This record gives sequence, structure tokens and C-alpha cells, in this order.
Amino acid sequence: MRFGIVRFPGSNCDADCHRAVEEGLGEDAFYLWHRDRDLGGADAILLPGGFAYGDYLRAGAIARFSPIMKAVESFARAGGPVLGICNGFQILCEAGLLPGALARNAALRFLSHDVHLSVERTDTAFTGAYRRGQVLRMPLSHGEGRFVADATTLDRLEEEGRVVFRYVDAEGNATPEANPNGSLRAIAGVCNEARNVVGLMPHPDRAYAAILGSNDGLGVFRSALAATAAAAS
Amino acid sequence: MVPRQGILDPEGQTIGRALRELGYGGASAVRAGRLIRLSLEAEDEAAARDEAERMCEELLANPVIEDFAVAVRPAAGSAATGGGSA
Repeated sequence: MRFGIVRFPGSNCDADCHRAVEEGLGEDAFYLWHRDRDLGGADAILLPGGFAYGDYLRAGAIARFSPIMKAVESFARAGGPVLGICNGFQILCEAGLLPGALARNAALRFLSHDVHLSVERTDTAFTGAYRRGQVLRMPLSHGEGRFVADATTLDRLEEEGRVVFRYVDAEGNATPEANPNGSLRAIAGVCNEARNVVGLMPHPDRAYAAILGSNDGLGVFRSALAATAAAAS
Repeated sequence: MVPRQGILDPEGQTIGRALRELGYGGASAVRAGRLIRLSLEAEDEAAARDEAERMCEELLANPVIEDFAVAVRPAAGSAATGGGSA
């Protein structure tokens, strides 16, 4: 399986994603440049973390107009697996491929520490390798990660089972203290209607091996492998 | 562009608190946003406003979290006679 990793000017977790795929998963990864117009035959697309275009205007607001995003949109609409991590999540929301928006953290501080997440749904392209309710530990690193949407959208996401990850404590409880950035309903990750596009603020790419402090994130990439194999059969 | 009603605005809240501590007790409902000023060539004030609103909808504001307002002023020395700012 080949993972295409989109580099924007200002991406800085592209190499993390590359290593997660090649070292962690043992599959192929290659880079795509934001000015490319096709996806080079990728089986899955990763939009990595960072500060595309310096986060000017709003995080992800300019990146969504990069030439490659048209190809990413068609790929996503055709059912191709697309994962946005951190800044990649922000870009997917700005592009309208995922609902909601990521606003400045409630405490107005850049956060960089480990968090616990519960896997709310395993029927997406990037969570099939987990158990429902499984608690994962991985780092987050962002200034604008507070997930917001209007109440109608939030209710719809809950009803349709599109809240994929929630901030929880180590025991799996969604307490106010466990919510690092003030995200509504403690949402850390969501998916689109077809469940092939997933975005999350924490970094599975920085938690793919025990030497990094956690390998809980590896399942995100492994899930895509199984999803792609299932789609091909 | 300012955060929509109902969207938590921690920056506005903090500014409001600071104002009240300074003695501006009447200050409330502070919303902190962003101002973008640009020059635009257009037929008239209505056309300029229309184009600026489209810019806001497409790029400058995120409708999920922000409201926007447009103010148009003829450039100094321009032929427009629209009569001041809106």
C-alpha cells in the first residue's frame, strides 16, 4: 500500500507521517507537493501537521486553495481514504471535506502534551484496527484545536456516529479536566458521511512506536491498510 | 470578522475583563475579531460592497465560526460620489 503525504509550505510533520508509515507500518510512503495536480497513484492520502502558509488568516484557510486540494477532494469523493492530522484536520474543515471548524484554544495558549482519547467509532477508514471505547495516549500540539460547530451540526454528528475520537482521562471518562482546549462535546476527531475522510487534532504520527512514548497511534495507519484491502477485494 | 454569537470568544472575554478592571464598568459583550483593509477598483460603491462580501464568504471569514461586516469608503481622489463610509 502507498500513502501519499501532502507537503504544504509550512508542513512540519510530513517526515513523522513518512516514518510512521514506513517504519511503523512497513508500507510505502511518498511525498506530494501542494502544487501537484494529481496524487501519484496513492492508495491513501495523509495531510500532515504543521503551519501551512504560516496559518495566515486562519489555520488551513489558504492551504485549501492549493492546486493539489482539487485532486484530494475528488479522491475523497470517490471514497479514497484521507486522514488529516492537526493542521491537516484544520485544512479538511476549511475545505469543507469535514464539518465544523478549529478555533483558538479556550485558554489561548499553545498546547503541547500527551492526551488520552477514546475511540468512539471503529467503522471509519482509520479506526478499524481499534476496539470501540479503547483509550489511546498520544501527543497533541496546537494553538487552534477547539472543535466548534453549531448545535444542529453537533447533534447530527452524534446521531450519525461521526464523532470518531473524544478527549478523555486515562480511565476513558470525558471529564472537563480531560478536555485540553475547550472543544465542544470533547470532540478530538470526526469523519465525513462516507467515513473515508477522518481528521483529528492529536498526533498518531508521533505515537507509532514504543520508543516515542506510545505506539497507540499506529492503529490509525494500520486501519487504512485493512480498509484499502477490504475495498479492493 | 468577529466570532459568531454563541461561539466562545476567550480573547474578547479577557479584553472585557481588563476593561472593567480599568474602570470601564459599562463595557460588556466584547468580541475580538480581525480587520482586513484593502483597495478595490469597482464601478461604484454597491459593486465594491458586493465584491467584498463575496471575498468574505469565499475566503476572508469562516461562516462556521465568524460573522463579517463590510464598510466601503471611496479612495481619496476617486471619482466615486457615494458619499462617505457605510
